[in-house]
Amino acid sequence: MSKVIEVEGLRKSFGSHEVLRGIDFSAAKGEVTCIIGSSGSGKSTLLRCINLLETPDAGCIRYHGKDILKDGVHLGQYHAKVGMVFQQFNLFNNMDALHNCMAGQMKVLRRSREESEANARKYLEKVGMGAYLAAKPRQLSGGQKQRVAIARTLAMDPEVILFDEPTSALDPEMVGEVLSVMQALAQEGMTMLVVTHEMGFARAASDQVVFMNDGVIAERGTPDEVLGAPKSERLRAFLSSML
Amino acid sequence: MPTTFFGWVSFLLKEYGGLFLSGTAMTLLVATTGTAFGFALGLLAAIVRCIELPHGAGAFKRALVKAANALLGVYVQVFRGTPMIVQAMVIYYGSMQYLGLDLDHTAAAILVVSVNTGAYMAEIIRGGIISVDKGQFEAAHAIGMTHWQTMTTVVLPQAIRNILPSVGNEFIVNIKDSSVLNVISVSELFFQAKSAAGTYFRYFEVFFIVAVIYLVLTLVASRLLRWVEKKMDGPENYVIYGSQTDSRAEIVVHGEGEGDA
Repeated sequence: MSKVIEVEGLRKSFGSHEVLRGIDFSAAKGEVTCIIGSSGSGKSTLLRCINLLETPDAGCIRYHGKDILKDGVHLGQYHAKVGMVFQQFNLFNNMDALHNCMAGQMKVLRRSREESEANARKYLEKVGMGAYLAAKPRQLSGGQKQRVAIARTLAMDPEVILFDEPTSALDPEMVGEVLSVMQALAQEGMTMLVVTHEMGFARAASDQVVFMNDGVIAERGTPDEVLGAPKSERLRAFLSSML
Repeated sequence: MPTTFFGWVSFLLKEYGGLFLSGTAMTLLVATTGTAFGFALGLLAAIVRCIELPHGAGAFKRALVKAANALLGVYVQVFRGTPMIVQAMVIYYGSMQYLGLDLDHTAAAILVVSVNTGAYMAEIIRGGIISVDKGQFEAAHAIGMTHWQTMTTVVLPQAIRNILPSVGNEFIVNIKDSSVLNVISVSELFFQAKSAAGTYFRYFEVFFIVAVIYLVLTLVASRLLRWVEKKMDGPENYVIYGSQTDSRAEIVVHGEGEGDA
């Protein structure tokens, strides 16, 4: 399988604190990777570096073999191809659900209004929000907002979606509706990198699980290997704290 | 000659109604165009002051932004730190004596109000931009928008909505404070009133009328601004299309409108 995202020797510091201390990993097309670990282990920073919301200090990130920091990759196009779903949803507050899903298509992909709207409707329908086209973010619940945010990302026809703790800001009864949308995406073969605390999702939907600890990848493997037979004491402790 | 207060008021209104009217028109012209230009000026200044250069930016770009920021800092400090009445004198007579420009009174008035308002607006709008949640910038960048697209489609619409009450404040201040421009003979309301009052020495009655006119103007202006705010917020209700039993149903949902009065 071809590697879509490859990360090599990635380092990132905030001030004197080194959050990422040399990360190597890759994700193949259609693969779902769950990144787990306690808070402060660098999971979110890793995703934010892959999306270039943070500039890495060292190392390289390759997208289809091309170094996105060097090889003259068009960053707008890269961002369109590598979508991101945030913990805090970050829907555009000045737009209703429909326009949230249209803005990027029109501005970045230069699609026509008609095409953008048709696409936006299609994906809002897909995440079960087809009825809420005219609702502003402030009128939606957390789970609804996150589903619109996923539709907004899908409308850009991304190749990879990065999920940064997509259910952590949700009330427990809304977690399920978002996870089932993500599960459906995984089954359709979307390449996904998911930072999550939902071990059930990691077990059921992922092809590989990455355990991060102190800015490095401590363990990596299939869900059965990492979640079923943890090798290190640290991971065992982490997993038992999640129950 | 009238003998009572109301007698004088109606006499003066008859005699000088046209003068009051043209003065009011001039006041409104100076206040609206001054506020509009000032807003544009402040917007430009605020956008420049909010530029964040990426880490890899060259030395030249860095120096340019720094210089622009310093210049804008001076502009804001000078025009916020001196009275508009003094600015009017300095700009009008300065341009005449040293630049050889014979500025039209109205043009000079609009210029003074614009640059003065711009200095305040720059800070108001900068505050508005800062108040927009950082996640909005990140989400826009994450779907590939440029800094400019992020600003124009996501951040500024929210920032401007948030600062609308302050912008309205500036407009109302300008309706009243344009009266100081009588010192450079702009034929606004106060200037016209002075000449009307001088003929019969009825200062109290004339300025009573003028006070009422100013009050009406500011009242109407604040009502108008509230209406614009409501308009920008859009409807509090929205429609859900299709219910579980009837796909063509339209259900109107009354929004909570968090944080909106």
